Amino acid sequence: MSIHNVIQVEGLTKKFGDFTAVNAISFKVEKGEIFGFLGANGAGKTTAMKMLIGISIPSSGKATVAGFDVFTHAESIKKSIGYMSQKFALYDDLTVKENITFFGGIYGLSRKRIRQKSAVLIEELGLEKVANKLVGALPLGWKQKLSFSVSMIHDPKIVFLDEPTGGVDPITRRQFWEMIYKAANQGITVFVTTHYMDEAEYCDRVSIMVNGKIEALDTPKKLKEQFKVANMNDVFLKLARG
Amino acid sequence: MGNVMKTILYIIQKEFKQIFRNKGMLPIIFVMPILQLVILSNAATFEVKNIKFGFIDKDHTSTSRALVEKFNASTYFDVLTDFSSEALASASMLKGEVDVLLNIPQYFERDFQKDKYNTLGVTINAIDGAAAGLENVYITQIVQRFNQNLKVDLMQITDQQVQAINIETIPLFWYNETLNYKTFMVPGILVLLVTMITLFLSGMNIVREKEIGTLEQINVTPIKKSQFIIGKLFPFWVIGMGLLTVGLILAKVIFNVPMIGSLPLMYLYTSVYILVVLGIGLFISNFVDTQQQAMFISWFFMVIFILMSGLFTPIESMPKWAQTITEFNPIKYFVEVMRMVMLKGSRFNDILPQLSKTALYAFVMNGLAVWSYKKTD
Repeated sequence: MSIHNVIQVEGLTKKFGDFTAVNAISFKVEKGEIFGFLGANGAGKTTAMKMLIGISIPSSGKATVAGFDVFTHAESIKKSIGYMSQKFALYDDLTVKENITFFGGIYGLSRKRIRQKSAVLIEELGLEKVANKLVGALPLGWKQKLSFSVSMIHDPKIVFLDEPTGGVDPITRRQFWEMIYKAANQGITVFVTTHYMDEAEYCDRVSIMVNGKIEALDTPKKLKEQFKVANMNDVFLKLARG
Repeated sequence: MGNVMKTILYIIQKEFKQIFRNKGMLPIIFVMPILQLVILSNAATFEVKNIKFGFIDKDHTSTSRALVEKFNASTYFDVLTDFSSEALASASMLKGEVDVLLNIPQYFERDFQKDKYNTLGVTINAIDGAAAGLENVYITQIVQRFNQNLKVDLMQITDQQVQAINIETIPLFWYNETLNYKTFMVPGILVLLVTMITLFLSGMNIVREKEIGTLEQINVTPIKKSQFIIGKLFPFWVIGMGLLTVGLILAKVIFNVPMIGSLPLMYLYTSVYILVVLGIGLFISNFVDTQQQAMFISWFFMVIFILMSGLFTPIESMPKWAQTITEFNPIKYFVEVMRMVMLKGSRFNDILPQLSKTALYAFVMNGLAVWSYKKTD
């Protein structure tokens, strides 16, 4: 096992009764990499991700995240990762600052550290004016950026983003990807699912899941060469149509 | 250890902010229980008053009129209706216009003077069995006071024969000498309110986080299950104790319920008791996906707990199997303790059986709640 591989997955499978949601997937993700995890709706992306972040126990296979086994050390994994779900999961009835303080607090940050982080984060996101407003009143794009920043409040090694830009306008998406690049430059590994194929082009490497299996995995450039098409959209369509 | 406490404090802080920010919730927590306490305590009474009384006087003598006059003078009976025939009287009872019917036979006075002994016919509408029983006692008392040698002959409906006995009983009611039902009901209703509010709030709280998706976000943090649960439940524990305080003040100020026992003892017991209720609420919320489901299941248990608590019907008169079930009813213990401490002035040693059972219950329920709360599935 290479120390550079922060995620290592071998034959990971999840079954719900007779239905195999994730069928023996294998891949590795290196430190600091932006790893695109693509697939049509229902292909098994979210289920696979839930196994990696320690909230769903795999049926079989092997996986380590940040050096910890998903079967035996799920709680240790949670200290090293950040997670942003498809569903907006900050508290609408708390203010921006209160959300930051709460999540900083339950990740065990000191009060001083929370104050520092909070100030930096609010400034970076340009949320000074709404810092004491309830999160529920913010536009979706702002919420998503805040949510991403909060998921990294404890400086995780890996951050998992589940369709972070769904329903967000193109400018905010652009800003969002700038944030992702910034995180990756700081050495944080980004594991991201998306339906936007232009976003897939931004990833270092991309895997495409079809019916629970990973059908393709490489850099966007090589995938386009392999399938002899001009863009990732066509790669996706070729694979997903079967 | 310091870190563990700190994490819990962050959750408590968040919960309190959310509770006090929820404009729809605050009145439910504090105003509704107060209204209920005031209304229910005044309305829920076991006293049978304003009994609709009818009579058929076939004798028309001074003795029969004197007897009817006795009923007229009683505070329990009103609307005296004089029926000319049994048929009319029965029809009236069928319509619910009369609860109790006294039938004075012909030659009542003559026979009574001759034989020194006579019988009277009494018909009671026994649809409400408890009320009928009390009415029976009232009638017998009035008739006996009228003359010891009169025998009430209860007709139809119940097969209970009331025997005229020449022994007079002098009732002495301990702990509630004036038989004030409010004294009896207020502590009980207070118990219900504390239970209902804490059960519903705790039962729905975690489910709400499931519904809005924040629970998943919590589950991907390294927070320990016990930290999360303690942090979640503590605010409701505080609210429960606050409700007890408000309720006790109202009981004293509005109803002037005597508080003979020690207040700290009441608080000690309640502090343990609320843990049981919170444990049950949390346990429920771990098995449901929506607040609606949580609400229905909480209600299911609440209704059983209330009806089998001894608050409205004495546990001693329940069938054996039902009495066994009441052993698992936390409300039963709370009602007992509140009445014991408030009205009898019971001490720590007196309520020790209830306290230790409640503590064990709290331990088991919260154990189950923590165990059934899964960060992973």
